Amino acid sequence: MKIRVAIIGAGITGASIARVLSKYENLEVHLIDKNPDVGWGVSKANTAIIHGGYDDDPDKYPMRAKLCIRGNRLWHQWVKELEIPHVWNGALIVALKDEDFKELEVLLERGIRNGVPEMRIVDRDELFRLEPGLTREALGALWVPIVGQIGPIPAVIAIVENAVANGVKTHLETEVRGIKVENGEVKGVETNSGFIEADIIINAAGLYADEISRMAGIDYFEIHPRKGEYWIFDEGIPGPKRVLFPTPTPISKGIVVTTEISGHLMIGPNAQDLPPEEKENTATTREGLEEVWEGAKKLWPQLPPRSKVIRTFAGLRPEPTGGDFIIKAEEEVWGFINVAGIRSPGLTSAPAIAYEVAEIIQRDLGIELVEKKKWNPYRREITHFFALSYDKVNELVKKNPAYGKIVCRCNKVSEGDILEAIERMKFIGVKTPSIDSVKFRTKAATGTCQGSFCRPRIIQILAREYGVPPWEVTLKGKGSEIGIGDVKVLVRGE
Amino acid sequence: MAAAIRAKELGLKVLLLDDNDYLGGILPQCIHPGFGIHYFKEELTGPEFAYRLMNKLDGVEVKTSARVLEIINYSDLEKFVVFTSPQGVQKVPTKTIIYAAGARERHAFEIGIVGDRVAGIYTAGEAQTLMDIYGIMPGKEIVIVGSGDVGLIMARRFSLEGAKVKAVIELMPYPGGLARNIMILKDFNIPLYLSHKVVEVRGKGRVEKIKVVKVDENLREIPGTEFWIEADTLVISAGLIPNVKLLTEIGVVIDPSTGGPIVNDRLETSVPGIFVAGNALLINDLVDYVAEQGELAAEGAREFIENGGIPSRRWIRLVKGENVRLLAPHYLSGERDVWIYARVRRPMEDVVVEFPEIGKKIKLPVVKPAEMLRIKLKAEEISKAEDKITMRVVKHG
Repeated sequence: MKIRVAIIGAGITGASIARVLSKYENLEVHLIDKNPDVGWGVSKANTAIIHGGYDDDPDKYPMRAKLCIRGNRLWHQWVKELEIPHVWNGALIVALKDEDFKELEVLLERGIRNGVPEMRIVDRDELFRLEPGLTREALGALWVPIVGQIGPIPAVIAIVENAVANGVKTHLETEVRGIKVENGEVKGVETNSGFIEADIIINAAGLYADEISRMAGIDYFEIHPRKGEYWIFDEGIPGPKRVLFPTPTPISKGIVVTTEISGHLMIGPNAQDLPPEEKENTATTREGLEEVWEGAKKLWPQLPPRSKVIRTFAGLRPEPTGGDFIIKAEEEVWGFINVAGIRSPGLTSAPAIAYEVAEIIQRDLGIELVEKKKWNPYRREITHFFALSYDKVNELVKKNPAYGKIVCRCNKVSEGDILEAIERMKFIGVKTPSIDSVKFRTKAATGTCQGSFCRPRIIQILAREYGVPPWEVTLKGKGSEIGIGDVKVLVRGE
Repeated sequence: MAAAIRAKELGLKVLLLDDNDYLGGILPQCIHPGFGIHYFKEELTGPEFAYRLMNKLDGVEVKTSARVLEIINYSDLEKFVVFTSPQGVQKVPTKTIIYAAGARERHAFEIGIVGDRVAGIYTAGEAQTLMDIYGIMPGKEIVIVGSGDVGLIMARRFSLEGAKVKAVIELMPYPGGLARNIMILKDFNIPLYLSHKVVEVRGKGRVEKIKVVKVDENLREIPGTEFWIEADTLVISAGLIPNVKLLTEIGVVIDPSTGGPIVNDRLETSVPGIFVAGNALLINDLVDYVAEQGELAAEGAREFIENGGIPSRRWIRLVKGENVRLLAPHYLSGERDVWIYARVRRPMEDVVVEFPEIGKKIKLPVVKPAEMLRIKLKAEEISKAEDKITMRVVKHG
């Protein structure tokens, strides 16, 4: 009899745990998320950085300190196995004042303690050779070459696809309403679409981890949302090669200037603490965006005119009581494992968190995990027209002419790319067709025109492939339908 | 299409590429009348205008669903167009290229709207595509940003389909569209807020409310004037930007005021043999002018092919003077009559359009930024100038 594991939350943490647990013969893994697709919570909107592991104080935040550097090392392997878009470009933590060097020394010391390789403090001369466009006021920097960037949602998608290929079952649009505990042991998860039996429940519910924990009767921590806002600029605007950080403050790593992996200059985030009830407040604000602009300008004076912005967005980080990741098997309720408060550097730490959880299951729950004889570590990235040679396109066109037809002009996304995306959405159990699901897999609608040309075409393809009327296609799940009916619906007075 | 037809009439071998599944660009979705008054001397709808042109395409090789990936400017005499279609990627050699790829619309992020990123925010053209190509009704309570022609036409379209257009919000102190389209507001009893802007959208899955604020004469927001409008749809009609990315990749010089290339009176860009017409050249009011530019470009292409390049000469520059925001073409030969397309900066009544170097003056009762000026300069007038001709719009008397 297999041990049933229910993971609540299909973000980067839950997905990574699902992947690692899919290695074991004696586990039956269920991945549950209330959203229509994976990675749509905290994982969706962040700075997309694989951090270097130097800024978490191991005395104050031992979990963060340990898992960040381990996560960084694991990502080097995972991005290759799973074909996740990435770049290992390094980071500079820039000193603008003499006092900043004191803080850089602290970071360097910490990096050494945490086991971060290759760090060093560079002087002004070397700094400008690393990054010529940096503000002339820069005095020096801490150079961390092991820092990288990935596509965060593409990463979640890749991990879930691989997990599903290895037998993990997904339950999307499934909202957890209760945790059933009997005689101090978990029995399962009550959801809007029925009861899911489970011997082990892993709470990776991001911003809602405190609420889920309370459902199991464990309430020693609270999660509050911390908002960060971002600007993304049009392609062709020169940005830095490395990730540029200011010297950090106690609350935040500061406003980053970077060229995200699609080649767009991106700035952000600021840090604004919201009350615990505002866990859905991802609205951008004038004040927040201004703060980001001013902060970014200090490092990167050549910001483009405001008309060159193609998108602004905000994301929420789940800040836990105490500040450190909460990763443990709860003693009062056997089988309940909290993986909560996975704030920054959560994306970096995710693979390490997953192995930590596997270890907790063995060590604290006393379950011996039996490895599968055949476990597939690989997942192939979907076809991206923009990344293909013309010969390769012609090869694909012979099989399916849709690969030759461009749907998104700005980013050169073909209908073939989109059909593949839809096939993969269905493979992991996406039930509601949404433009965002296609967007996150193909990059359609993320270019200069932000989808005003391609969205109507994507809607047609989604409607056809999902067999729904086009107006029922959504932007991002139920409640965000793109229309209210056919064009005569109001005239008919329905 | 107009360029292709004219080029074929002139005896050139023509390949017409379009990335849509159908020809006509945005015309097939413009189901309202008002097209063709100058070009066909009768009033047509957009699909009718496109259909008329399609019927003249005999002898032109046409490929739809064909997206140009790259223009290779090997030399002034040899070029290649690389495009992809359901038949695969092809590379076609050519002597000249007429680029008529139109424009794109400015979107909500470009005009600084903050708040929730929810369903129900569309550009006007996108809403038009949804309704008039695909038969989808986007919403029922609509706020429109921008009183330009597309926004106003969509205001009418929404009203005709039974939706409530709750407001048209215009940043400038005057409306942005042609007079005949501003009438739509009266016809359908739609409130127009001049000197106002939309700053924020809030909603859960879908737009729920839209925040509007008044601006002063310097377009600065006036504190305390904010108000919310409840609506499920926000339509952005905040202007068009010529699509010139493929051109800039080969070094075509762009005029920042038109957003399109700098051209001579053959509509040839700064890269020899690359001609441009329509909204990719500058944003036009009327499809008739767009077609006219297509024909001009075709004539330029023929001259280029016949002569192995447009013959060198002392070009006369056309220069922006008082109250001229943009103009094209930028260089005049003086060898032929030329249509000048221009827009003013601000509305003005009882004006004279002056070309002081050649002593030409045209009186007009009114000029508006929304209405493009189209003025013919005769060859003999142009050749009176030494090196430049200034165009300015000044008060009469």
